[in-house]
Amino acid sequence: MLGLNKSDFKLFLIVCLLALAAPILLNPFPTDSALGQSFNAGYPALMQRFVIFGILVIGFNILFGLTGYLSFGHAAFLGVGSYAAVWMFKLLSYNVVPAILLSVVVAGVFSVVIGYVSLRRSGIYFSILTLAFAQMSYQLAYSVLTPITNGETGLQVYNNDPQILMRAGDPTVPHLFGWRMNDKTELSMGGWNFVFENGYYLAAIFMIISFYLAIRIFRSPFGMMLRAIKSNQTRMSYTGLNTKPYMLAAFVISGMYAGLAGGLLAAMDPLTGAERMFWTASGEIVVMAILGGVGTLIGPVLGAGLIKYLENIVSKINDSILHSWFAFMPDWLDNLLVGIIHPFIGKGWHLTLGLLFMAVVIFLPGGLVQGGQKIGALFNRKKKSDAADGATKPAE
Amino acid sequence: MSKSNFSRRGVLKTGAIAGAGLALPTYLSAASHSGFTNAPTGSTVTFGFNVPQTGPYAEEGLDELRAQELAVEHLNGIGDGGMLNTFSSKVLDGTGILGKKVNFVTGDTQTKSDVARASAQSMIQKDNCIMINGGSSSGVAVAVQGLCQEAGVIFMAGLTHSNDTTGKDKKANGFRHFFNAYMSGAALGPVLQKEYGTDRRAYHLTADYTWGWTQQESIQASTEALGWETAQNVLTPVGAGDFSSYIAPVLNSGADTLILNHYGGDMVNSLTQAVQFGLRDRQVNGKDFTIIVPLYSELMAAGAGSNIRGVFGSMNWNWQLQDEGTQAFVRSFGQKYGFPPSNAAHTCYVQTLLYADAVTRAGSFNPCAVVEALEDFEFDGMGNGPTTYRGADHQCFKDVLVMKGAENPTSQYDTLEIVEITPRAQVEYDPEHPMFAGGNLGTCNPGA
Repeated sequence: MLGLNKSDFKLFLIVCLLALAAPILLNPFPTDSALGQSFNAGYPALMQRFVIFGILVIGFNILFGLTGYLSFGHAAFLGVGSYAAVWMFKLLSYNVVPAILLSVVVAGVFSVVIGYVSLRRSGIYFSILTLAFAQMSYQLAYSVLTPITNGETGLQVYNNDPQILMRAGDPTVPHLFGWRMNDKTELSMGGWNFVFENGYYLAAIFMIISFYLAIRIFRSPFGMMLRAIKSNQTRMSYTGLNTKPYMLAAFVISGMYAGLAGGLLAAMDPLTGAERMFWTASGEIVVMAILGGVGTLIGPVLGAGLIKYLENIVSKINDSILHSWFAFMPDWLDNLLVGIIHPFIGKGWHLTLGLLFMAVVIFLPGGLVQGGQKIGALFNRKKKSDAADGATKPAE
Repeated sequence: MSKSNFSRRGVLKTGAIAGAGLALPTYLSAASHSGFTNAPTGSTVTFGFNVPQTGPYAEEGLDELRAQELAVEHLNGIGDGGMLNTFSSKVLDGTGILGKKVNFVTGDTQTKSDVARASAQSMIQKDNCIMINGGSSSGVAVAVQGLCQEAGVIFMAGLTHSNDTTGKDKKANGFRHFFNAYMSGAALGPVLQKEYGTDRRAYHLTADYTWGWTQQESIQASTEALGWETAQNVLTPVGAGDFSSYIAPVLNSGADTLILNHYGGDMVNSLTQAVQFGLRDRQVNGKDFTIIVPLYSELMAAGAGSNIRGVFGSMNWNWQLQDEGTQAFVRSFGQKYGFPPSNAAHTCYVQTLLYADAVTRAGSFNPCAVVEALEDFEFDGMGNGPTTYRGADHQCFKDVLVMKGAENPTSQYDTLEIVEITPRAQVEYDPEHPMFAGGNLGTCNPGA
């Protein structure tokens, strides 16, 4: 269906379902319970980041997953997209349509330039070139092009901006033809409180479309060509095929995905800053892709979700929350446990992420997707030989 | 595809269940509607303390957090009550706010606007915070203030010294207790004239963001009014770490005064390097070379050590003041943490109490009621003498301290000494002053 084969269509449906039902699925615990206050992720700002970074990493995966070219400067396209979108808000109006369109176009043009230069080299040299370009963009945005980027303060919309398409009575927040991004419907059921926000659904729909396009690219002859480049580029050249245009196309597509993500970030929150282009932001994209599973369809989305979850949830757990969890234990044990966990929470969430990343790279080189497959295989075998499985269990 | 048979009973059943399911949310959500964002429903109310815990301003942020925790304790009736005993408004009695116990959540802004907004969003959307307080950078304050205005919660700014926070970027839902760059310039001017005369050439190194820009503009205006010349203004990136490449050119510029528009860890580094370059031992134009740090803090003074001796600057408040309010606050902060509070800590503490007081006087957590209660509110006993929250731009007006690095500090905490308490009248300005013009307060936004 929709030009997809059966298993791809199933995957696509799963992604649609996850994206559309996220406000419910991400709130597994009652809102006011201790677990809910710490672990629920179903609030609009975080869900938006899940899907927007999902788009970004899906795009990154088209380049890295298919061609094997590791771009270490992808955050630059995200940043450029955001700046373009905020400028549209400043010059035209708060309508998100021109903002998102321009962010994709600008990021596309920008990636043609960077890609044209960087793709003359491969392997580590390509990575370093993209990294250098991204850092250059960051420095330009941070301290050279301050009239355009507003430097470290960040670009935002002011009341006295031209906004030439703005009419009296138009919303003063980003909107889609009057449909405000920050309007939401709340649904309370028992202890649960689900928030359905317009902005999230706009981003989610974009994510679904991006995911669908990615599947089509993966299964197309063009995708096959990119895979061929990954397996042996020299051989491709020797058969008389010019691989450059394919590479550049993949690079630009992936840059446009990043631009779309940047534009959406600005549409959700009309402010942007140079730190979006910093090299750690680019590194984060690579980590997301590897954590989820490079070259798989759903992996990047999972990786992006996991990292954003850790960043927002683990970084907000503090000592007093831990003490309330362990309150039932004797004091010395409570303090001991809190002391052990302390370095891994709050501002130490990077440490947690690092350990997790190491574990995944060592034990699951295929990322979370491989983990899922292993678990799936485990259950399949169980079904076939339940008795044998029971027999091998160690006595506990 | 698949074959299905609809029975009449099945259709009716499904229809009834679906109908009930669709009607339920409308019924439930109508019941909880309350007129403003995050209206507290239970027996508690939550504040969001959004401060830098990592990055160049982390020291200030962590000290703010200590003071905020102390303020919450005092509001909930734990401890000795601190400034609640000296505050001129007596409606707070240590039983929380309007009978609700105060809770708080914390977040790390990393001194980045983007991260600070994400953190504030999660406080508003996930933790149902009714008020956001804190911050140690004007860039972040401006960004978070804009967010709070859109979301319909009150923003009580922490340490933010840029003119823009209550000038070009002012917002109806945002309030600033801290002083600003214009006030620093106005307070420092006369002291600098007395100390260094009217014939100086100043070289500015300026942090490249909203605060640095407005502070440089203010200091330049007030020193040029004295007759000083401005040799050059060089913008430096925030968090640069190494300023030697910016300091070397000062030696050949013919300037005899270096003005460091830096803050936090940046100021510690730039001042230390300026001293290492031997700037303070030089004679230029027949005068001793001097360094000025317009905005001081105790934490910076501690970081810069002996390099700060004799260097002039300004502050919002200092723990060495002798009034009742200051003493009460320093006592309870000292008892809890073992050292005196910084002026960043003071402003966050006062802001939290002021918010609580405004809610109590208004009798409601509704942001619009709070805005009304805070506008043109006059109070005393918070360590700065008689103070007014001006309604036109939500800026506090009070005395400003001119400080100097102590020549002979007796402990590690009295590294700064008070040179002059500049009276409030001298630092007041018109809300439409050119350095503050172009903004629009707008109207208060109660959100949903």
